[in-house]
Amino acid sequence: MASPAVIVIGAGPAGIRAAARLVEAGLRPVLIDENERSGGQIYRRQPAGFTRPASALYGSEAAKAVALHAAADALAPRLDYRPGTLVWGIADGAVLTQRGDRLERLPYAALILCSGATDRIMPLPGWTLPGVYSLGAAQIALKAQACAIGSRVVFMGTGPLLYLVAWQYVKAGATVAAVLDTSPSRRRVLAAAALAARPAVLAQGLRYLAGLRRAGIPVLTGVTPLRIEGHGRVAGVVVSDRAGRERRVEADAVGLGYGLRSETQLADLAKARFGFDAVARQWLPETDADGRSSVPLVYLAGDGAVVRGADAAELAGRLAACAALRDLGHAVPEEEFSRLRAALRPMSRFRQGLENGFPWPGHLAAMLPNETIICRCEAITAGAIRRTVAETGAPEMNRAKSLGRVGMGRCQGRICGLAAAEVIAAARGVPVEEVGQLRGAAPIKPLPLTAELGPDEG
Amino acid sequence: MSASGHEAGLFRRLAETGRRPVRLWVDGQPIEALEGDTLMVALLTQGLVLRHSEFGDGARAGFCMMGACQDCWVWTEQGGRLRACSTTVIESLRIVTREVPWPALP
Repeated sequence: MASPAVIVIGAGPAGIRAAARLVEAGLRPVLIDENERSGGQIYRRQPAGFTRPASALYGSEAAKAVALHAAADALAPRLDYRPGTLVWGIADGAVLTQRGDRLERLPYAALILCSGATDRIMPLPGWTLPGVYSLGAAQIALKAQACAIGSRVVFMGTGPLLYLVAWQYVKAGATVAAVLDTSPSRRRVLAAAALAARPAVLAQGLRYLAGLRRAGIPVLTGVTPLRIEGHGRVAGVVVSDRAGRERRVEADAVGLGYGLRSETQLADLAKARFGFDAVARQWLPETDADGRSSVPLVYLAGDGAVVRGADAAELAGRLAACAALRDLGHAVPEEEFSRLRAALRPMSRFRQGLENGFPWPGHLAAMLPNETIICRCEAITAGAIRRTVAETGAPEMNRAKSLGRVGMGRCQGRICGLAAAEVIAAARGVPVEEVGQLRGAAPIKPLPLTAELGPDEG
Repeated sequence: MSASGHEAGLFRRLAETGRRPVRLWVDGQPIEALEGDTLMVALLTQGLVLRHSEFGDGARAGFCMMGACQDCWVWTEQGGRLRACSTTVIESLRIVTREVPWPALP
């Protein structure tokens, strides 16, 4: 059997750039990706046979998307590239994968996790109705399938993606009923200095907003989401506006999201040490400036380590590969490290500006009516979580999961975990960091019962 | 179009409609999708539901579209499970939107 390779998980901006740097050093890394086509979520490709040009799919980011796809395609023959493959566990220096009915165990010399991010979700009454999707989903429907999630769409939440996706829908000819932002606009003024660390990105965001206003789309800031109404499908969205007045917007679909949360379950299975990140309001794997985790030869890059966006992910992926190469005894010029670290600095500052300008509205959890479903896998309500806390004294997430099933479903808390933590923290009257985070458990996603280890495995 | 102005389905196609048609069967009824559609898009451009919550709280039609939430499972007539957001339609696929009673696994 060949000696273990360096394994990169995730073929988005971070993973592709990491793999490219390893190839430059003469290695043949393994690149594993759950998607059938490389590019990650932000630069997700449309299926073969679709004809829209890159400019229609990626707007101002088209050149970056095209460059990244070209890099990935040129790289593929020089990699052990495994698309459409789920990494469902990490144990004893090996990753555990599944594709179709085939399971494999792949030992690694070093492991670079580029697992990306998903939408940060704060539930509200009605959010399990057909027609309610994450903002990321709304964007994927458009980008990868040329569909709108509805005929009259409300975008609700906060963060740059809220405005970007709304604008992409308008440009694609969809009807956008309103953009409802929980962040008050004064937060952006306060965050302006940090946001100015990336003036071009800031200007782009302002252009989306101006475009939405020009198109006559109502944009409300500082709203409090109250409920999504409808029977069997979405009929409308009700919020309380800045002045405390109830406002109802008629719609048949909702794109919902409050920024992004790092996808950290694999880092947890790799036994990386986590710390509470006060900016993201999330437990994140600890890394040094180059992406080294607390576990030797395990590295993190991209939004899965900390949400700084695609440009930062490309740099961080390359930097983590440099760190891995150096730790494995390859020569990497010091100049390359210092250049990449310097390029990432304004991105970290910008990220702080975004989190301050579009804050996660954790405080809304305390106001959710008891009947609000928090965990959509197991239909566990806010009231049920509060009862579990009150009756059993469950002090943290993992006890609440054992005793009340929240986060125990098929998504393993990926969707509800942050909100559930806020519900528990509010019920106990403690800061959210005190209730901890759900431990990752393999398999992180369901496996088919028919899957088997290959003949030379196990 | 219904009185409310909605089309029959949840999703609305905005472009790329010139693709080759693909026929599949949903709960015994034929539907036509387009080559390259995900199962989710095939079903929700002409329907409102992918599955029903096991806990009786109503219909579901997926949520994250990126394989994270696991809330878009549908079943083949043989009892196999498909994640609708990440499955591409193929000709003559036969699926059901209600779970096949256990034990129907192969």
